[in-house]
Amino acid sequence: MCQTCGCALPDHLQHASSEHDVHTVAVLEGLKAHNDAAAGHNRAHFDRAGLLVVNLMSSPGAGKTRLLEATIEALGGRHRLAVIEGDLETENDARRIRAKGVPAVQITTGSACHLDATMVHRALHALPLEDLDILFIENVGNLVCPASFDLGQHASVTLLSTPEGDDKPLKYPVMFRQSDLVLITKADLLPVLDDFEVAAVEAHMRRLASPAPVLALSSRTGPLDAWLAWLETGLAERRRHVFRPAPDGERLLTRPGAPYHAPDHAQDHPLDSSRSPAP
Amino acid sequence: MREPRDVHELSLCRSLIRQAARVAAEHGAPRIRRLCVRIGPLSGVEVALMREAFPLASRDTPAEGARLEIATAPVRVHCPRCAQETEARVNDLTCPRCGDWQTRLTGGDELLLVSVDLAASAIESPTPSNP
Repeated sequence: MCQTCGCALPDHLQHASSEHDVHTVAVLEGLKAHNDAAAGHNRAHFDRAGLLVVNLMSSPGAGKTRLLEATIEALGGRHRLAVIEGDLETENDARRIRAKGVPAVQITTGSACHLDATMVHRALHALPLEDLDILFIENVGNLVCPASFDLGQHASVTLLSTPEGDDKPLKYPVMFRQSDLVLITKADLLPVLDDFEVAAVEAHMRRLASPAPVLALSSRTGPLDAWLAWLETGLAERRRHVFRPAPDGERLLTRPGAPYHAPDHAQDHPLDSSRSPAP
Repeated sequence: MREPRDVHELSLCRSLIRQAARVAAEHGAPRIRRLCVRIGPLSGVEVALMREAFPLASRDTPAEGARLEIATAPVRVHCPRCAQETEARVNDLTCPRCGDWQTRLTGGDELLLVSVDLAASAIESPTPSNP
């Protein structure tokens, strides 16, 4: 690197002689513009089909696939579900989902530590979106990288399994801050863990200025009621936007007591009205 | 140590270079001399990893050999109760004055290409800096 001007050009003299040729152009554009555009495109697909899309994130082994299996068992009869699986390698998770009778598309990312909107776009063309109610995207197990990429989902759910410890929101604020729901999984282990407090997770979420509800459950022993009710609310919200777009003037008449979101804004925060701290 | 390709900073660095190259093309400039970027800690991007990824991501692009300048943005929150904006910590976004948690983030999650310096004439690099 040139020690005088800091440039990395090998020939400094040439650089110095042409310095007057350099001019600065202001850009002010987000570095995620490309991914955000692809995510917006995905979201348009999802909204046209009227389905709810949930991005599931957690560290590896927190129980994302196990939760999906239990969710399919509980909801499969009532709603048409599908799953996009993201893993570095193997089709194992997609096989587990297909064994439950639900379509699953496996994305193997190779060395990439996260899913991005373009990968999801490729995968969703393999799914019958029009015939679905809820699509789950199981992200790569990682509490860091997936947080930086919008996939076009309507809601982000972060799983935190009890053996991981209750201070994860403070250690991974970027991920947890943008979660619409935190699910504490493996809650059946709570009696044998003396250092995990569900209330502490909730307090940490508020410290991140997040109103996201915190629900504890066990995919193994249940009950899943609160999680299923959250999904049903989210789905009803999607359906409301698709089938009954409320004109601007009717905002107080259509949903008394609930904050109205214009369709444009609803694309950014579709589940706002279900984001109360205590469901 | 992690390989640069294992981190999301590499994908974001590629986006950065794509965007800068587009600006250069629009201005008919063959080379990019400097990229100024603004990154907040809540964007999820590690500045050090971004710097590490840049030489790799910029190879064989108009940004090869350019200087990457990264300004970090402070985390700031607005408290509706105090009607004040204050600096906060990455993992504590409550209002430092009244302690209320219902604040709104006003800074610290930026991930922006602020400006690029373009060279009007091409300068040939005699040897590539990477093997």
